[in-house]
Amino acid sequence: MFKFFEPNKIFQITSKAPKYVLLLFIIVLSIGLTEALFLSPEDYKQSDAVRIMYVHVPAAWISLGIFTSVTFLSIFGFIFKNKNFFLIAKSLAPSGFVFNIIALVTGAIWGKPTWGTWWAWDARITSMLILLLFYAMYLISWRIYETEEKVFKITTFITILGIINVPIIKYSVDWWNTLHQPASINILSKSTIHSSMLYPLLIMTAAFALFSLLIFLMKYNTELIKIKNKGLDRL
Amino acid sequence: MYGRKVKLRFLFILLILTTLILSVFLVLKSLEENVVYFQSPSEIKEISELDKKKIRVGGMVKKSSIFFTSNEVKFIITDFKNEINVTYSGAIPNLFEEGKGVVAEGFLKDRNFFSATKILAKHDENYMPPEVKEALGNK
Repeated sequence: MFKFFEPNKIFQITSKAPKYVLLLFIIVLSIGLTEALFLSPEDYKQSDAVRIMYVHVPAAWISLGIFTSVTFLSIFGFIFKNKNFFLIAKSLAPSGFVFNIIALVTGAIWGKPTWGTWWAWDARITSMLILLLFYAMYLISWRIYETEEKVFKITTFITILGIINVPIIKYSVDWWNTLHQPASINILSKSTIHSSMLYPLLIMTAAFALFSLLIFLMKYNTELIKIKNKGLDRL
Repeated sequence: MYGRKVKLRFLFILLILTTLILSVFLVLKSLEENVVYFQSPSEIKEISELDKKKIRVGGMVKKSSIFFTSNEVKFIITDFKNEINVTYSGAIPNLFEEGKGVVAEGFLKDRNFFSATKILAKHDENYMPPEVKEALGNK
């Protein structure tokens, strides 16, 4: 199976696509930032402090999304003994790690003027910190283990441990009393964020997703070059 | 369709995941008291014995209950069932307002009086421009 992973075809895409993705990223980011920082209204309660949301929330979403993808890729790679899945997962993880840090830092900056504290050990914030630790473990284990077999097993195990934390992050604000407010954007019920603020948020999410895609393509390209240099013609 | 090894590896992952989810669930269930960031006034009322530990009480600031004196502020935290009187002196976060969420950290003097050492504003999940808020308020 997975015949569609023709290394040469993939390599052609990953070596050419980044410049177009970069261009698209710059366009979407400039639209998103103009919307978020200048055109969108201030909040009735938080006034201009609400603008931190346009970085904080997309960063948190992307880091959660990437961790989930990394987990599924690792599990598939483990079950079907497919090296390519592991390489895709490895190339995705760094941008998720960076967005996780961005979410925590912007959260602290947002917390000080609104809640009155930089940090609170509430369930949402602590579980986000735990996700960051899992990202760190995942990235480090790629560096410290020499044999591929070992790396594949260890990283799969780390992602399985970490994925349990993802629904906890999502539902922490509903299950327990937290300082962090509950979700504003709901798929099933009505969202509690006004549309004039929702659209900039979605555009910023698209921009961050494009940035992750860009970093992913560059990282993955490097991995493919490494394989080529080893003289292997298939994955 | 798939080999025996593939099926076994799938089963292996499934078993690990189930075991981990169950154990995490049990741990969180038993730690519930420590996972919550604050307690509501109703939960405070049910505490059997008052100890000197620092705790957090959270809820809404009752409408027109805030009184500023020369060096402290007094207000009532309510969860619409029970209430607790809070006294506090110190810096107040920007979003502290009547009718809005608040978390007070400090010590219980008795079941009805709480002496706070720190106040955090808890904001809700509603985001809208001021004009929309006004339009909603006029209804």
